[in-house]
Amino acid sequence: MAFRSAVITFPGSNCDRDMAVALEQVSGTAPLRVWHADADLPEGLDFIALPGGFSYGDYLRSGAMAANSPIMRSVKAAAERGVPVLGVCNGFQVLTEAGLLPGALMRNASQNFICRTVALTVENSQSLFTAGYASGQTIRIPVAHHDGNYFADEDTLDRIEGEGRVAFRYAENCNGSRRDIAGVLNAAGNVLGMMPHPERAVDAAHGGTDGLALFESAVKALAKA
Amino acid sequence: MKIRVLVSLKPGVLDPQGRAVHHALEGLGFKGVDDVRVGRTVELDVADDTSDEALDDMCQKLLANMVIENYRIEKLG
Repeated sequence: MAFRSAVITFPGSNCDRDMAVALEQVSGTAPLRVWHADADLPEGLDFIALPGGFSYGDYLRSGAMAANSPIMRSVKAAAERGVPVLGVCNGFQVLTEAGLLPGALMRNASQNFICRTVALTVENSQSLFTAGYASGQTIRIPVAHHDGNYFADEDTLDRIEGEGRVAFRYAENCNGSRRDIAGVLNAAGNVLGMMPHPERAVDAAHGGTDGLALFESAVKALAKA
Repeated sequence: MKIRVLVSLKPGVLDPQGRAVHHALEGLGFKGVDDVRVGRTVELDVADDTSDEALDDMCQKLLANMVIENYRIEKLG
């Protein structure tokens, strides 16, 4: 069964091609490329990816404009139906701005743009995105962001931690994120947002392949479904 | 009708930008600055019959992120 995925491109997305390459490499099927102004997603999608970049030049707030673009209505509807949605970096910012994930991504505490490979701890290895990892495993994934400082109020943080919705934490907090949170799941577990870029760690030539298991997990989850 | 929307970070939300500006002011030798918070101003020119509810809606849906920000609406006439 072919893995039918889509990568959404907003004006200013710049990791959409990397995401498409990673998805094709792991699933064997090239993802469909969808433009932000399209009103509808292709039918029968198994996976939707919101890539990194600087959609709409980060006007107003990172992800705020993209969260209100025409295609996001269809992405929200698909997420509510249970279609897996992965948002990486700017994609994570878009998902929080769209209300699909709790919290917000603020300016890094250091004020600096951070571009390096960081160590993450896998907190939840039960989700469809993380089943290929072991709980507590340390993986190395690149980050490249200015606004990755995860914020949510204490009640929300307690709730998402209690529900096992923290997918990844920074082993070393690089941006000031509350409780070292690097990746968050929605309540149903089919939407994941994360600042680090797993699609930049899927080939030995990238310097690491720790991102592979994330895409492999999603492909396996579909095969089982 | 001219409207000014002032968007500011909620109390308790750390403002790295404000902290950097605070630091820079101190570096310039300004004394007695206790705190700096950086916000955003959005100026709108809207139809005169635009309701307060509609303005609130604009702020809550787009102009401010209610997770981290508060907003204040000023009518400039």
